[in-house]
Amino acid sequence: MTDTAKPDRDEAQRLRYYSASQWTLIWWRFRRHRAAMVAATILGIMALMGVFAEVVAPYGPTSRNASYLDGPPQLPMFCDRQGCSIRPFVHGIKTERDPITLRAISVPDPETRVYVSFLARGEQVRLFGVIPTDIHLFGLDHDKARLHLWGTDDLGRDVFSRTIYATRTSLSIGVMGVLISFVLALIIGGTAGYAGGRVDGGIQRVTEVVRVVPIIPLYMGLAAAMPPEWSTTQVYFAMTLILGLFGWPTLARRIRSQLLSIRNEDYVVAARLAGARPSRIIGQHMLPSFTSFIIVDLVISFPYMILSETALSFVGLGLRPPSVSWGVMLQQAQSVRVIEQTPWLFIPAGFVVVAVLAFTVIGDGLRDAADPYSEAR
Amino acid sequence: MLRFTAERFVGMIVTMLLVSLMVFIIMELPPGDYADRYAFRKYSGTGVSVTEADIQAIRVELGLDKPMLLRYFDWIGNIVLHGDFGQAFAFETSVTKVIGDKALLTTAILFGTLIITYLVSIPIGIYAAVKRASFADYGLTTFSYLGLALPNFLLALILLYFANRWFNADIGGLFSAEMKDAPWSLAKAGDLIAHLWLPAIVLAWSAVAYQLQTVRATMSDELNKLSVTAARARGVPETKLLIKYPARLAINPVVSTIGFDVNRIFSELPIVAVVLGLTELGELLLRAYLDLDMYVAGAILLLLTFMIVFMNFISDILLAWLDPRIKLGG
Repeated sequence: MTDTAKPDRDEAQRLRYYSASQWTLIWWRFRRHRAAMVAATILGIMALMGVFAEVVAPYGPTSRNASYLDGPPQLPMFCDRQGCSIRPFVHGIKTERDPITLRAISVPDPETRVYVSFLARGEQVRLFGVIPTDIHLFGLDHDKARLHLWGTDDLGRDVFSRTIYATRTSLSIGVMGVLISFVLALIIGGTAGYAGGRVDGGIQRVTEVVRVVPIIPLYMGLAAAMPPEWSTTQVYFAMTLILGLFGWPTLARRIRSQLLSIRNEDYVVAARLAGARPSRIIGQHMLPSFTSFIIVDLVISFPYMILSETALSFVGLGLRPPSVSWGVMLQQAQSVRVIEQTPWLFIPAGFVVVAVLAFTVIGDGLRDAADPYSEAR
Repeated sequence: MLRFTAERFVGMIVTMLLVSLMVFIIMELPPGDYADRYAFRKYSGTGVSVTEADIQAIRVELGLDKPMLLRYFDWIGNIVLHGDFGQAFAFETSVTKVIGDKALLTTAILFGTLIITYLVSIPIGIYAAVKRASFADYGLTTFSYLGLALPNFLLALILLYFANRWFNADIGGLFSAEMKDAPWSLAKAGDLIAHLWLPAIVLAWSAVAYQLQTVRATMSDELNKLSVTAARARGVPETKLLIKYPARLAINPVVSTIGFDVNRIFSELPIVAVVLGLTELGELLLRAYLDLDMYVAGAILLLLTFMIVFMNFISDILLAWLDPRIKLGG
């Protein structure tokens, strides 16, 4: 009985394999790429934190705690000298004089406990800028005390909350930049590859020019051209536009060469003879044959956008405070002194590294998964 | 080969012309022209009231009133014919004077970085491909992932921190304090080289990571070729075999991306320069833009881009020489 059941299951599996669509196959292959799955999960969590920043972050990105400036991270604990508790807590803060400089400094007070509560009520915020709520993922029981998981900066702003909001900004700049350059690449590369000949030659020249200009010095020039009285929102959009406007050449080249190589295939000629418009021929008949490669290229161009934004904001030419991005936060950490005295200001750098790594690993995984010849099943 | 070189040369010139046009347009973008700021700088605090007519006079004097296309031809003509990049308004001297020395330093940093990149990535990439799936291979792959992910201005900060901590040395800058304003001499050149390694390593960091993966991938492909098996069957010694067949081809993709590496290095230079305190380079660029000194900014952007286009040209020629098949296709 068992002898016959097993081949049956194999048979069913094989059938499922043979009848699966291209995308299902890619997904199956991608799922087996363990590193890429881990990376995708991490990135997913980051994206979710960014989307629900108002609820995940206990405090607003610019809200200050004047009694805890440059304060070190407070790690919730379960035990202290007075014994243990089931609920995590942190020690309260008290103000003392520094014995040497006589400056007022904030130190943890091991005598008092403030308990951490989840889904706590706190600052009134608007989720997505619309839905009013005062529920936060976690917070402190006590009204006055604040929990600074990753410490505070020199103005007493909560580094954890700011990092969450910065994640939203930095990732969204990446998404917008990639989308803009994708649309441009599609139009420019599509025209060049479909038309060929002299049109292609001309477009290739222009592509070459945009490709050779070093990106960051160029951004610097364009950033200087932005009027200083622009609001942070305008700067944000200008920035995504610039990142997108100069990010298309690589993808455009890919689309062009793929289109050139298949433009004389029988099915393309057939579509042309049937009287289809060029946009339809490209969109319906030609692009689907290499969509998966385009997606891979899009994924691996994310890190480029994110790193450019971070680098530019880091030197003060990108986004400006009060908007927060990873680069804007790292602007406070430009010197060796900061590493020595307030190393927690570097936490956003970890986010940059992890996000870039995650995109790179996912790109690798997708590339392997999208290649139909990578393995039999 | 001559014909190929000539063709590429013409292509290079055309690209340079288009680039110069684009740079000029960018120079024109910032709102408010230089005449306003010039007047403000010159007369503020003197009690002289400046009228619109005065500003107009300055505009005429500086040639800012002519139509854009005419100014473009003036600008590019002076550069090509006299090597004159125009007036650096904020410094009240010529652009050529302001950037002359810096261009030399930039070139020194560029070549230092390129040499480090290729000396490290080519041998190690080949080694990783030969010892495939070994501990060393995995270690190098991990390292190169990190190289891609860790922005190099952060690497610069980390290096500065450890240099401070372990050697108690201040390693920022390009010259030591006593050499900074000294005239050029052998001692000053030596001082430069002693300071150059840090920015060069920082800038080479991501380029190494990228090229390492390229070399390793090409080398792995080439190692499976029949030519390698045949040579091995003939009894060619392993080292000689590696150099003669797969390694020769594995450096082709590296050569073809020299221009790309130069572009990457120039892109990262201003940021790294700020962190490492290379006032000579990065800050000039930043200041030029913040001062709206578009002639300085434009000249820098133009020179950087010309350098990239020129290195692209060199890489094309080198590639055709290394791999004669390319001439036929190209």
